[in-house]
Amino acid sequence: MARLILPWISILGLAIAWELFARSGAVTPFMLPTLTTVLERMWIDAASGELWQNLGLTLYRALTGFAVAAIAGIGLGFAVVYSRAARWLLDPLISVGFPMPKIAFLPVITLWLGFHDLSKISMVVFDAIFPVVTATIAATLAVERELLWSARNLGASERELLHEVVFPAALPQIMTGLQVSLPIALIVCIVAEMKMGGIGLGGAMITASRFADSPGVFAGIVEIAIAGYVLVRLMALVRRRLLAWHPETAAPATV
Amino acid sequence: MKYLPLLLLAIVWETVVQLGLISRDLLPSLSDVARAGWTLLREGDLWQNGAASLYRGGLGLLFAIVIGGLLGILMAWWRSVDAFLGPLVEALYPMPKSALIPVTVLWLGFGDGSKILLIFLGCMLPVTLGAYNGARSCEQVLVWSARSLGASRLRVLWDVVLPSALPELANGIRTALALTFVLLVSSELIVARSGFGYLIGFLGEGGIYDAMFAVVLVVAFLGFFADRLYQRLMDRLLAWRD
Repeated sequence: MARLILPWISILGLAIAWELFARSGAVTPFMLPTLTTVLERMWIDAASGELWQNLGLTLYRALTGFAVAAIAGIGLGFAVVYSRAARWLLDPLISVGFPMPKIAFLPVITLWLGFHDLSKISMVVFDAIFPVVTATIAATLAVERELLWSARNLGASERELLHEVVFPAALPQIMTGLQVSLPIALIVCIVAEMKMGGIGLGGAMITASRFADSPGVFAGIVEIAIAGYVLVRLMALVRRRLLAWHPETAAPATV
Repeated sequence: MKYLPLLLLAIVWETVVQLGLISRDLLPSLSDVARAGWTLLREGDLWQNGAASLYRGGLGLLFAIVIGGLLGILMAWWRSVDAFLGPLVEALYPMPKSALIPVTVLWLGFGDGSKILLIFLGCMLPVTLGAYNGARSCEQVLVWSARSLGASRLRVLWDVVLPSALPELANGIRTALALTFVLLVSSELIVARSGFGYLIGFLGEGGIYDAMFAVVLVVAFLGFFADRLYQRLMDRLLAWRD
């Protein structure tokens, strides 16, 4: 119970500290508007529908990118493990690409795909796919040999083996990869929006910043923080659901 | 030998462009990119902007390591600090740090300060968590033995807890190092007047794509080599472990 309440107390503490500090006069309202001003601003944006439009578009881009990265990443991961050619080709690309700051390729992607959703989603896929691929490879390689032997012995085809044995056995670690990649998808999407402007949480924040509209900027931060938190929580729920059969299920597995 | 596919990819890139299968406006040939990179290097643009980026990244990361590391060890060592800061760290850890770019600009303007602050804020928590987990994993028996041999609490912290926290701390710093590059490039792409990210954006908007590709590749490979170098260094520094 304490584990459930404690984080909320400290978030509440942070909120109160913010409000008091902003009211104390130590900083100008421009540097740090009061939390109440920011919440009021969010309320106005929510009432006018602007908030939902920005949030919806950002979530659409981030989640579409994430879904593509998840499916393609798991597929590529299996390919690397099961196909010699794929391993030869992809292994060096993955080990070089993983530690690279992929966001640097944003202008290249803009050049190729323009300023529309497609370029933002592609950037998300490019960045979010790496944790999924590496997790899938590590997970698949770690599947116990005994499981494979038993399944083969019982007459499972290679296809069934992948479906019925390897995938479920690898799922916990793959889920961990997905849990790492989801926040990356959100933030890359927001950075891309900041760079390109337009509708979306990132675009709205950078517009607010250009017009020195500090409540707008801080409203953006609070919105992004909440969106990120909710996504992370939902992902943890999905994990618990999918892995209900697994002994780990009781353990909390947030990033 | 392992990187042969990369070489092949480079050859494919060059031939595809030379054969005219892809417009040069979309993908300049690798040789043009190399030439443009060499020009940037010779004329000093790459050095100037690189120095600005290195300064920002280095300082931000340094602050993050020192303050974040200290914080983590304090949290592990004093329960009251942990009770106070622990939930806060846990709540703020998943918060996407790049979202702070416009705020740091609001606070400190377009210059170095905003990037240093961003990198510091973004990189601190992974270091803190690394130091915290590392210091927590220190074997209690070691602490007791040192204490019973007459070491002061501070001495135990320095001679026993810190060394056993190092491997986890090193992992935290590795995450922070990768984050430094990401935050640096993102913030410079969005608002800056110098730095690698600025140079990429500037060249891209000016339509000088061969040079833009050159800088993108330089940054990407710097990120890769920094990670490799760091791993090498840590392998050597932490060789005493096993």
